[in-house]
Amino acid sequence: MTAAGGQGVDDKQSRRKRNLVRAITETAAAPVLALIILAVWQVGVPLAGISDFILPTPWQILRRIVVDHRLMATHAGVTLLETLAGFALAAVTGVGTALMIFYSRLFERAIYPLLVALQTIPKVALAPLLVLYLGYGFAPKLFLAFLLAFFPIVIATVVGLNGLDKAMVNLVRSMGASEWQTFFKVRLPSALPSLFGGLKVGISLAVIGAVIGEYVAAERGLGYLQLQASSQFDTTLSFAAMIVIAALGVVTFWSLEALEKRAVFEREAAR
Amino acid sequence: MKEPAPVTARLHGVSVAIENVTKTYELRDGGDLLALDRVDLTIAPGEFVSIVGPSGCGKSTLLSLVAGLVPVSTGKILIDGEEVRRPHAKVGVVFQTDLLLYWRSVMDNIMLPIEIKGWRRRDYLPRAARLLEQVGLAGFESKYPSELSGGMRQRTAICRALVQEPGLLLMDEPFGALDALTREQMIIDLQAMWLSVGSTVLFITHSIEEAVFLADRVLVMSPRPGRIDLDRTIEIPRPRSWRSRTDAKFIEYMSEIRGIFETRGVLKA
Ligand SMILES: Nc1ncnc2c1ncn2[C@@H]1O[C@H](COP(=O)(O)OP(=O)(O)OP(=O)(O)O)[C@@H](O)[C@H]1O
Ligand SMILES: [Mg+2]
Repeated sequence: MTAAGGQGVDDKQSRRKRNLVRAITETAAAPVLALIILAVWQVGVPLAGISDFILPTPWQILRRIVVDHRLMATHAGVTLLETLAGFALAAVTGVGTALMIFYSRLFERAIYPLLVALQTIPKVALAPLLVLYLGYGFAPKLFLAFLLAFFPIVIATVVGLNGLDKAMVNLVRSMGASEWQTFFKVRLPSALPSLFGGLKVGISLAVIGAVIGEYVAAERGLGYLQLQASSQFDTTLSFAAMIVIAALGVVTFWSLEALEKRAVFEREAAR
Repeated sequence: MKEPAPVTARLHGVSVAIENVTKTYELRDGGDLLALDRVDLTIAPGEFVSIVGPSGCGKSTLLSLVAGLVPVSTGKILIDGEEVRRPHAKVGVVFQTDLLLYWRSVMDNIMLPIEIKGWRRRDYLPRAARLLEQVGLAGFESKYPSELSGGMRQRTAICRALVQEPGLLLMDEPFGALDALTREQMIIDLQAMWLSVGSTVLFITHSIEEAVFLADRVLVMSPRPGRIDLDRTIEIPRPRSWRSRTDAKFIEYMSEIRGIFETRGVLKA
């Protein structure tokens, strides 16, 4: 009995230890991988005799970001604003469109081919036209960010809404639920995981949309900064801008994921 | 099972009248499918009625009609003399799968009908707690469905159907997805619940034994289009126990029903 008890305590302790070790390795995984890549890059570039004009080292890029942090922050702010505005518009209209597709067969039939066609057009080809129509300012960037984010949000939301079992709907209807209640009690909660999937894809695409807009015609923003740097053969600055764009993508994605954690009940993943 | 403690005051079971009901489904290919053919049936307040019948004979259809989820084609259904046109406030339904919402705890799942009806949650918490206690789930209020076994989940679903004090409980093969042993216990527990709750029950099953054990009356349905072939009153005293199954009467009822299925070609000798 005592032996068994001791065994139990031991088991618990070793399990706690194992969990701790796993937590640490899992948190450390991404930074460690990034550090390895950076180290290989840092050491490999001079070893291979590549000039920093062609490929600067991470250290040089980092120093440039720090030195020029004011410049970076100003341009990043512009890109972030375009991204968020475009994404917000895409989220609202995307979920709205998905709801109309879900509730109206006719609308679904009418809109789907159009949506797919729209999605197939290369948005980069659209950018110069947008400048022509919307000018050099904020609008074409917002619109491109919106355009790229829209489609995945619509599709993911429709898939999420369609995923609900008919029996579940019958259950709440048997309790006397209105369609309104059915929507908020079961349809929306069960569509949320999929919806958030679409939002997360959407926000990374919105960053790309905003930057494409800036490549074509802009006076501000990280895309503009990068293009300027390239045309002046300032490779280090070009890389620095690129890194900040990527960071922007990661931060916006994470923010959404944090929101998702609060809004969505985590189902045990089957893996 | 312990002596069934009364859940609250016994409910007022409602009466059900199914008058010459036919149900025809319109198929996608334009054809019609006759699922139920002129079904006539009355259920007295507080009565426990089981329906057995071969797969596809229209049992679930009949239940959906009584639940007000699907409209009848001809005839009418009355609950306490009131024609069913939409889901009736006094009806609770238990389906074959538990249909618990995975993002809600046991208690929040049970409170779903209360929320939907816009009643005050506070007023029904004590009843929910007593129901949970009666099915052996006291202490599980804040657990999530993923943490429960199949039997516990179906018990939760039964509590959810009973919390709103239904005058009529509709059950569509509620134990069909459970293992044999859990099923045995659920049947005993359901009988105890019903004895203390007092609702009218319409219980659909594939199992002749389950039907006879639980019911005051067993209805046997014919293969599609479903009609009622036999209406047998089961005269075995309650509470029935495992021992009732070896009762001569019990065996007689079972073989009578089997016989019907045999003549209908549902069961082959
Ligand atoms: N919504 C529907 N549309 C068309 N046909 C349907 C629909 N629901 C049921 N049916 C048909 O009606 C018949 C009766 O179905 P029902 O589900 O009522 O049978 P059941 O007796 O409950 O069968 P089981 O014991 O297998 O559950 C079947 O032939 C089925 O294909
Ligand atoms: Mg059925």
